[in-house]
Amino acid sequence: MGFTTAMENWSAFRDPELAKRIVAEIKARVTRPVKIMEVCGTHTVAISRTGIRQSLEGYVELKSGPGCPVCVTDDTDIDGMIHLARQPGVIITTFGDMMRVPGSSSSLLEEKAQGADIRVVYSPLDAVQVAEENPGRQVIFLGVGFETTAPTITLALEETRRRRLDNFFLYSSHKLVPPALVALLEDAELGLDGFLLPGHVSAVLGRQAYDFIAQEYGCPAVIAGFEPVDILYAVSLLVKMVEDERPEVVNAYPRVVKEEGNPLAQERIREFFRPVTVRWRGLGEIPISGLELAETYADLNAVTRFLAGGRGFGYGGTEPGAKLRGCACGEVLKGKIDPDQCPLFDRVCTPTHPVGPCMVSSEGSCAAHYRYDRH
Amino acid sequence: MEDRILLAHGDGGLLTHQLISELFLKYFRDETLKSLGDSAILPSLGEQLAFTTDSFVVQPPFFPGGDIGKLSICGTVNDLAVSGARPLYLSAGFILEEGLLLGDLEKLVASMAQTAQEAGVRLVAGDTKVVERGHGDKIFVTTSGVGQLVGRGLGTGQIRPGDLVLLNGPIGDHGMAVLSQRHGLEFEAQIRSDCAPLNGLTVPLLSRFATLRFMRDPTRGGLATTIKEIATASGRDILLLEKEIPVRQEVRWAAELLGLDPLYLANEGKVVIIVAPEEAAEVLNFLRGHPLGGMAAIIGRVLESGEEGIINIDRRREGRPHSPRGGQVYLETPLGARRLLDLLAGEQMPRIC
Repeated sequence: MGFTTAMENWSAFRDPELAKRIVAEIKARVTRPVKIMEVCGTHTVAISRTGIRQSLEGYVELKSGPGCPVCVTDDTDIDGMIHLARQPGVIITTFGDMMRVPGSSSSLLEEKAQGADIRVVYSPLDAVQVAEENPGRQVIFLGVGFETTAPTITLALEETRRRRLDNFFLYSSHKLVPPALVALLEDAELGLDGFLLPGHVSAVLGRQAYDFIAQEYGCPAVIAGFEPVDILYAVSLLVKMVEDERPEVVNAYPRVVKEEGNPLAQERIREFFRPVTVRWRGLGEIPISGLELAETYADLNAVTRFLAGGRGFGYGGTEPGAKLRGCACGEVLKGKIDPDQCPLFDRVCTPTHPVGPCMVSSEGSCAAHYRYDRH
Repeated sequence: MEDRILLAHGDGGLLTHQLISELFLKYFRDETLKSLGDSAILPSLGEQLAFTTDSFVVQPPFFPGGDIGKLSICGTVNDLAVSGARPLYLSAGFILEEGLLLGDLEKLVASMAQTAQEAGVRLVAGDTKVVERGHGDKIFVTTSGVGQLVGRGLGTGQIRPGDLVLLNGPIGDHGMAVLSQRHGLEFEAQIRSDCAPLNGLTVPLLSRFATLRFMRDPTRGGLATTIKEIATASGRDILLLEKEIPVRQEVRWAAELLGLDPLYLANEGKVVIIVAPEEAAEVLNFLRGHPLGGMAAIIGRVLESGEEGIINIDRRREGRPHSPRGGQVYLETPLGARRLLDLLAGEQMPRIC
């Protein structure tokens, strides 16, 4: 597809008149407030920025779930990463978003200011390059992300082998979206009517990976793109399924998401990782919801190599799951409260002085609500 | 001449003199500058003066649509222009990093000279220093400028409820051009910086329109930041209409890919103009007829005192403090929803997902 054609097609998904018509249709169809959760940070930002959340107020309640990979990284993981940064000879490489995330007593940014060698990279392959250029040092990449990021990390692992490097390591904090959906579905208190499913993650997993949501939990779910019309169309499908009581899992983003997803990416994840039980910030321990390096690559695992206490040990001196300075990120991530219901929101906690990770990451619920949803 | 900048180019000796006479004076041909005195002696203007200074540290120094040389002239000229002045005299200070290619320096100096000529300003004073490799980022330029105030002074204090907000063209071109160049991003349609001297546009505006209230160039921090600054300084609420704000399709597209907001991207050839409603249509016509204003638009208005910026507040939470009145900026999205627009809190970071 040429650039111009792509842009024209794309414009159609931003057409304000079409978007307004869908809003009107949704409002006409709803007989009681419908509660929908989006579980992707890019959706969270788009919904707030375009005013979709506001235009559906009173009809559809759009809750922001655990959609930002930085935000769901548990305190114990952050503390572990900070512990790694303090080891002599170690170079930490990471995406920029992680720098300001507070652990129980410090952040990577504070560690860097105190002399730790922490470098922001734009791609995991850049981290491999750092390893090659620093043969006497141990270079650890902090792998944070969902099913979308994990396949790109495998390229770095492969490259490490190809270049025969023995000083590149991965701290894998990758997480899987479907197990988190299960945890949310099993929390009766939430009373969700439907899920807006993430476009990018679904491009890897495929539509069929979510069938359990409708089949086992009787909850409708729709995979959505990121333009206003994409999102509103998905919401209108959800509302219709809720009203008709006919739950299904629908792919409303077929220009990117296929029924079976991306088999190559799935295969790479299976080859390089193995699913394990991990802690999510806010959601606690979720069975088989994280990715640890596979046995074949165990020698590249920064956890077994450098963390004597293993993952989840209280490196920051706090108990796992301990609350962070009154921050209600946990409740926000589960959609139990909206960001502005947190006692710290916009009083103590702002993007310039974030207390919790949801305010740090640009795609965190609190940051999105702060930037775009304050009235 | 050597082909790279050496520390000796800054020591005041032979190489310094060579650099000045063979490179700088080859392009900067002002008589006052050529005399190489300790100060430029300028004629009395008999008017109020505008005086400003700005430093330029852009990385990379060359980008589509401009370079740090052109930028350093436009930046200072535009600060004078939007203050209601006719820019006249500039000075330029260079901090060069050891190892900078002389060929690159020459290109930048030529670009400065050409831009100064386009803007009709004289470069009358200059200085050069060289720092050790690793102590600078190739080249830093500081320009200062003096202008003669024309017509009545503008100010945020002049802004009245009902005034309209105009913009002379699409936002985000400069910010996106520099970002794309810095990160080696290639888009099929090249995004070029809008870097341009604005005095050719603003000086006639000042003489033609009596109800011009205020002008500002939305540079670093973008349009959102500038409008918020205007609202705060004037104590008035301003409503912007998102669908009226011009953004080139390719900029919108690139910003979307990177997770950035064009409202916060820098511009270097744009001016926000606040004018009384009765003259707004004529100002718009004038802008659209000017080479720097083809895509001009009325993008918003100053709200009446007591007029609610947000119409549909259904969920005011108990105990939440209401927004303090005055100085707020509201953005009406194409969907008709309104949200608060604020200063950018924290850096815009490319996302992980």
